[in-house]
Amino acid sequence: MPDQVRNVIIIGSGPAGYTAAIYAARANLVPLVFEGVQYGGALMTTTEVENFPGFVDGIQGPQLMEDLRGQAQRFGAELVPDDVTEVDLASNPKVVKVGDATHLAKTVIVATGSKYRYLGLDNEARLLGHGVSACATCDGFFFRDQDIAVVGGGDSAMEEATFLTRFAKSVTVVHRRDALRASKIMQDRARDNDKIKWKLGTTVSEVLGEERVEGVELTATEDGHTERLDVTGLFVAIGHDPRSELFAGQLKLDEAGYVIVEHPTTKTNIDGVFACGDVVDHTYRQAITAAGTGCAAAIDAERWLADIPIEAEHP
Amino acid sequence: MAGNTKTVTDDSFDLEVLGSSKPVLVDFWAEWCTPCKMIAPVLEEIAALHSDKLTIAKLNIDENPKTAMNYNVMSIPTMTVYVDGKPVKSIIGAKPKSAILAELADYL
Repeated sequence: MPDQVRNVIIIGSGPAGYTAAIYAARANLVPLVFEGVQYGGALMTTTEVENFPGFVDGIQGPQLMEDLRGQAQRFGAELVPDDVTEVDLASNPKVVKVGDATHLAKTVIVATGSKYRYLGLDNEARLLGHGVSACATCDGFFFRDQDIAVVGGGDSAMEEATFLTRFAKSVTVVHRRDALRASKIMQDRARDNDKIKWKLGTTVSEVLGEERVEGVELTATEDGHTERLDVTGLFVAIGHDPRSELFAGQLKLDEAGYVIVEHPTTKTNIDGVFACGDVVDHTYRQAITAAGTGCAAAIDAERWLADIPIEAEHP
Repeated sequence: MAGNTKTVTDDSFDLEVLGSSKPVLVDFWAEWCTPCKMIAPVLEEIAALHSDKLTIAKLNIDENPKTAMNYNVMSIPTMTVYVDGKPVKSIIGAKPKSAILAELADYL
């Protein structure tokens, strides 16, 4: 049986979760943070982060997250690298379960972020780990001097493609539209790279290979004609979906599954439950915006606990 | 907590993994792989609890590329169970302890 009711439980451990933890810990709320097995969030599998303010020369994603984590710990946040399996947010106190263990809290901050989106092809799932990958920094090493493909047109796709040229003989970027979504600096960097080739206006319609990836079938978006591209690796970087299944039926979600909050606060539809970071944000999705809303969520929780109304203040 | 797992290399793999009378789970990992670092303490815990049934061994793929290549490891972490010298089960990617234990149920 749980022995105490916490002030605040934070679920998630990206920039949002850890920033909420830092603020809640400094407010003496002794937050309990369920980081998840893959703690640190999306930045743990990135390389250089160049746009987080304060780091003139950039910082490695995993290093930034280790530092945020250490900072939260320094002020007394209790960090647990487990995945939450069940929640009951409407009850009082709120219930958070990790397997058989039950934890109780007055407030809950949801900062579960997002998860990789896959193409949804049968062979893609079957060949995951055998040439299909969602993590360039983990798996790039295995594709030395090989021809590989990256699917996607955003910043992550550009970063992965550029990173993978360290290993690969060639990297073909496949994107369904003719125009890329990535920021100009990331696009330019990729376009200046001789090892990167482009298949724009094209989708990956099939992954080919029995034991391992041997190629992909590409379909032109405009006229539907297909061609085969011989590659041994396929890196999927087509975006993310909010990780909100745990809260379905309790928290109000939008059509795409993002948690709905009362902007500019982090209040959800359930009293005492706050949400921040990429699980809320389908617009900006940056480390710094996640950290910003994480801070807001901790302040909202602190005010809620002190029974101070949480509203936009009108001077 | 460390010390419940065993380090194996290209040279010792035949003897310590393939020749083992007990099933061996080999964790293929590398220094630069952050999911590998996350999974390491989980494997230590499992090793501490189940060392009577299953040996947990770690193979650094940077230092031991031959074995990783022989077994077609193309993504890490990959955790493969060897029974009587043959790979019988592979778990790819970092997963929660409960999920790993469930996948290893036959060998614990």
